[in-house]
Amino acid sequence: MNHAGEDGAAVIDVRGLTKSFAGRKVVDDFAIRVERGQIYGFLGPNGSGKTTTIRMLCGLLTPDAGAGHCLGFDIIREAPAIKREVGYMTQRFSLYEDLSIAENLEFIARMYGVPQRRSAVDGTLERLGLTARREQLAGTLSGGWKQRLALAACMLHTPRLLLLDEPTAGVDPKARREFWDQIHQLAADGLTVLVSTHYMDEAERCHALAYLAYGRLMVNGSAADVVAHSGLSTWAVSGPDGALAMHQLAQALRGAPGVQMVVPFGTTLHVSGDDAEALEAALAPYRARDGLTWTRTEPSLEDVFIGLMNRAQDNYS
Amino acid sequence: MSTRDTQALPHRAQWFSWPRFMAVLIKEFIQMRRDRLTFAMIVGVPILQLILFGFAINTDPKSLPTAVVVSDPSMFARSLVRGIENTAYFRVMRETTDEAEADLLLKHGEVQFVVVVPVDFSRKLLRGDQPVVMVAADASDPSATGNAIAALNQLAGQVLARDLQGSSAVLQPRAAPFELRIQRRYNPEGVTSYNIVPGLLGTILTMTMIMMTAFAMTRERERGTMENLLATPVRPLEVMAGKIVPYVIVGYLQVALILLAARFLFKVPMVGSVVLLSLALVVYIAANLAVGFTFSTLARNQLQAMQMTFFFFLPSILLSGFMFPFAGMPQWAQYVGSVFPLTHFLRIVRGILLKGNGALEILPHLWPIGVFLLVAAAIALVRYRETLD
Repeated sequence: MNHAGEDGAAVIDVRGLTKSFAGRKVVDDFAIRVERGQIYGFLGPNGSGKTTTIRMLCGLLTPDAGAGHCLGFDIIREAPAIKREVGYMTQRFSLYEDLSIAENLEFIARMYGVPQRRSAVDGTLERLGLTARREQLAGTLSGGWKQRLALAACMLHTPRLLLLDEPTAGVDPKARREFWDQIHQLAADGLTVLVSTHYMDEAERCHALAYLAYGRLMVNGSAADVVAHSGLSTWAVSGPDGALAMHQLAQALRGAPGVQMVVPFGTTLHVSGDDAEALEAALAPYRARDGLTWTRTEPSLEDVFIGLMNRAQDNYS
Repeated sequence: MSTRDTQALPHRAQWFSWPRFMAVLIKEFIQMRRDRLTFAMIVGVPILQLILFGFAINTDPKSLPTAVVVSDPSMFARSLVRGIENTAYFRVMRETTDEAEADLLLKHGEVQFVVVVPVDFSRKLLRGDQPVVMVAADASDPSATGNAIAALNQLAGQVLARDLQGSSAVLQPRAAPFELRIQRRYNPEGVTSYNIVPGLLGTILTMTMIMMTAFAMTRERERGTMENLLATPVRPLEVMAGKIVPYVIVGYLQVALILLAARFLFKVPMVGSVVLLSLALVVYIAANLAVGFTFSTLARNQLQAMQMTFFFFLPSILLSGFMFPFAGMPQWAQYVGSVFPLTHFLRIVRGILLKGNGALEILPHLWPIGVFLLVAAAIALVRYRETLD
């Protein structure tokens, strides 16, 4: 146990993080606490401040206000020390496209002073299955391979914290599953992972979630907590006959008082609202219709997040 | 907090790490090698400019097109015209008796001079009346006509010496009360390329060195690799040194090419020590690279970096004494010119190659470049951002 002192203490513990660009608050009074070995999911619509927050955590941006620690280092005064122990995978591929796969890995290994550089690079290439293509220029790799290379590069120096900014965007489902299996394996070994994503199935694989909208932290906790505390009531309705009738039903329900969201899932509709009684009152006229099956259900994570986003829009736009 | 206490020592911010410097250096070398266009520029630009400018630029032009209007078909007039041709500055394209025609040629730029020998030239000459020979010069380009006119002035006293013999010998111009003996030192034949080629050494280095380093950071920013670079523990000094050192080597490659060409192609005499020149070059090249790096921390993209390079490069060549004589500029312009490393380097390189200057003589020109280097490097380091803010 190299980092015995850290057990029990949070790997990330920040409060009041604020960052503005050109007078616009991109991140506003953000606080988060991530324990060692946790996989923490960052969710939120585009432009909600996920990337900016991640950049502040690893010292790439200086917060306008706020304080805290990352890996036991002060995020403002000790950014260089944080950089050494963090693996940061950028949203856009940011390795050198005019360097070969091996040259990129060697560059990173030198930068972080990885011991036994050659064998570390060879080992990584072996694990990636890229040994035969080591001389290939990184710019010629496909999107999925670039993502795999970037992940391997940011883990080359065995960091204690991984910050992954939409690592699976545009990656096929099989590669995504392999990626998540790997992340869980690493977390089990004590690595802490903070990962931003747009995929709900990925969100559900995280130990804890934070949902950001308009630079504000809307909610955080485990997926089950988030759903349970959403205050959202949801009914699922399914009908036997064709898509058209369901579509007409959806149209009728949208805009009804107490109904906030109507989301089709195949032949099923999810109808949700904040106020359970108002929702039931709104649904009452349709309950008796022939051929419709109504069941009270748990809202999905997506229902919850879209509800949060709508609410945030009302508050901040 | 115990983590921080026990690990405080190895985590203290280190200003320079050799392995990280080497990481940047090796990366830059690989990228330079891959970038064919840049590599071609490194070798091609010096050779092309040297051949182009070294052979093309001539500040002492000869054989300038001239029209002669002779209305007096005498021996004296013929001697005068031949004398004019013999200066080598004039090439008589047209001999006419019509002054209007000659004026038109001058106006159209077909000739640069019109020499008018008046009808009564020989009559007045023999009478001792000092006839007037009018020379009209197209002075719209003063540097093209200056030397030619100077040659004409000398001509008046000498050209007719042979014709004025016997009875007309009394008309021989009297000897001047004293003799002016002019020595052209360090370049006795006044060969322009002796001046231009060493000057090109400085000019080419300024252009390529600044341009290549000006792209150093902007390229990272534009290709999106900046974020990854800044996320690593790399420190400003390591990036700057790692990006500058490869180009110092490139600079020396260019110097070697230019000096070889100077020696064997242009036969420029090399009186002084090439070793001394190489030492002075270290400071000069580093100063230019520091400017380039500063530009690259200021510019948002490669286009801006390019514009800044030219903003610096143009006054460099115009005010340094490379193109026009430094001493001919007004005082304020000389002050501005003294800022540029090229100004001082020109004195060093011409001093060493043409005059055989030693270390003591070049020192007064070397320290201003050193000061420039320190200031530029300081600005670059202050301007370098370790964050994306």
